Amino acid sequence: MDSVISVNALSKTYDNGFSALKNVNLEIHRGEILALLGPNGAGKTTLISTITGIVSSTSGTVLVDGYDNVTQYREARSRVGLVPQELTIGAFESVYATVAFSRGLFGSKPNPAYIEKILKSLSLWDKKDDQLRMLSGGMKRRVLIAKALSHEPTILFLDEPTAGVDVELRKDMWRLVEELRADGVTIILTTHYIEEAEEIADRVAVINGGEILLVEDKAELMQKLGKKELRVELKSPAASIPEGLKEFDVALAEDGNQLVYTYQTNQESTGITAVLQAINAAGLSLKDIQTSQSSLEDIFVDLVREQA
Amino acid sequence: MNFSAIRVIYIAEMMRAWNTLFQTLASPVISTSLYFVVFGGAIGSRIQSIEGVEYALFIVPGLTMLTLLTQSISNASFGIYFPKFTGTIYEVLSAPISFFEALIGYVGAAATKSFIIGVVILLTASLFVDLRIEHPFWMLLFLVLTCVTFSLFGFIIGLWADSFEKLQIVPILVITPLVFLGGSFYSISMLPPIWQTITYFNPVVYLVSGFRWSFFEVADVNVWISLGMILFFLFACLAVVSWMFKTGYKLKE
Ligand SMILES: Nc1ncnc2c1ncn2[C@@H]1O[C@H](COP(=O)(O)OP(=O)(O)OP(=O)(O)O)[C@@H](O)[C@H]1O
Ligand SMILES: [Mg+2]
Repeated sequence: MDSVISVNALSKTYDNGFSALKNVNLEIHRGEILALLGPNGAGKTTLISTITGIVSSTSGTVLVDGYDNVTQYREARSRVGLVPQELTIGAFESVYATVAFSRGLFGSKPNPAYIEKILKSLSLWDKKDDQLRMLSGGMKRRVLIAKALSHEPTILFLDEPTAGVDVELRKDMWRLVEELRADGVTIILTTHYIEEAEEIADRVAVINGGEILLVEDKAELMQKLGKKELRVELKSPAASIPEGLKEFDVALAEDGNQLVYTYQTNQESTGITAVLQAINAAGLSLKDIQTSQSSLEDIFVDLVREQA
Repeated sequence: MNFSAIRVIYIAEMMRAWNTLFQTLASPVISTSLYFVVFGGAIGSRIQSIEGVEYALFIVPGLTMLTLLTQSISNASFGIYFPKFTGTIYEVLSAPISFFEALIGYVGAAATKSFIIGVVILLTASLFVDLRIEHPFWMLLFLVLTCVTFSLFGFIIGLWADSFEKLQIVPILVITPLVFLGGSFYSISMLPPIWQTITYFNPVVYLVSGFRWSFFEVADVNVWISLGMILFFLFACLAVVSWMFKTGYKLKE
């Protein structure tokens, strides 16, 4: 697979001695959407800041499209757009001026038509002459996105783009992300709404305590670490788990009205037949049967808890 | 070179002043006028001319220097400190732009603003006194060098400061006393000998003296020494800035 960003043995120790990144290795594929997941303080922002040049690394290297992000920073940085986590934005300049400023800062020639296009796609066009301080938080977020896109980057970092954002903007944003991906832009995003990542990402990286725990194709990850649940509703409640079922991973739920059997999806035999036979043998009669699959969120919570 | 980045930083900084044009120009104009009323009018009428120059006229160069120094420093230091404080500096740090390109944008804009303020002060002064300039070229040279040097100095302070107190402390505790004690409102030769010697350690003396010479050919020290001193200070600031650049001092975590 063609890597557009390679992070090699990257470490970052802040001035106060805190080690926020520990020997991180990560390959980001060209054109993919990578979701970077991790609890608060995991090091997501630090990783993004180190790649984009806002924070200098303690050791290790980062290649952006083959260019070292320190020694060949001009080539490396001109390809990258960044939407920061905090709403760091000016106060008195206009929306249009600040977006045009970003474009110029990245060395691109002025292109009013392109800026108009981005502002329109982010529903900011009617606000283009407003001062930044007069905008609401969600509007500021849109402006930050417009600024990041102003120089037509081929790699886009979105650090919690949906924090504090209403449903409407969230939809707009994911539509935009899809469009950008269709144009071949590589997108790296962090979010605490795991269901969003589950919906949109091609691959998932989980980081905790400054270490990458795993990087996996989303579908494979769900296959590999996902658990399935079989819920059996009983006609009359059982007081305890019947003898014949004790060898299986079965629990009672809903005051004994349900038996819950948990099994791995990637195993050869799921054991469902045996469980159902054992239920039958115990003389319990069934009312209904349901199966469900664990979400990315469940997987994520398990992973992070395991490490702690 | 990323000329486009230099251009947008320069323009954005100039726009910031334009949006607050009234404050930017009103405060130096008003304070200069006050100095003229108090020193030139009220006190000056009781002082005889100094070295053949009428007192109200004599203080013009020193007064201009006082404002130029404080304005250059506060403009340039605020210009870089504020983005650091609000976090908007992230954009400059993540852009394909070198430290020196950012420096040219920020310091260039601050120096331009100071230059404009300097010209406005001289125009204000000419409303009160009959201003004459013996050596316009030297006058311009000192004006430009002072604006650039002290904007650079302000930029360094803005990078170094990590609180608003630190940002204010150098202009208030260092620059203002040095200017007041640097012969802005009197000739060094009017001081007792021991104080004259001490005063020669004050770098502002050389600035004010050279600048005043370009107006009236009256100076405390030779004009070439004045020029040498300001160039020395300019290169000292450049050296500090290159060191900051090489070490990434206070720019990045
Ligand atoms: N400037 C700094 N100096 C010292 N420590 C820092 C600094 N910035 C971040 N840290 C620490 O580094 C760790 C990682 O922070 P980071 O902001 O990268 O986390 P994150 O994964 O983005 O968290 P969140 O989900 O809350 O945004 C945290 O423990 C944080 O306290
Ligand atoms: Mg973060």
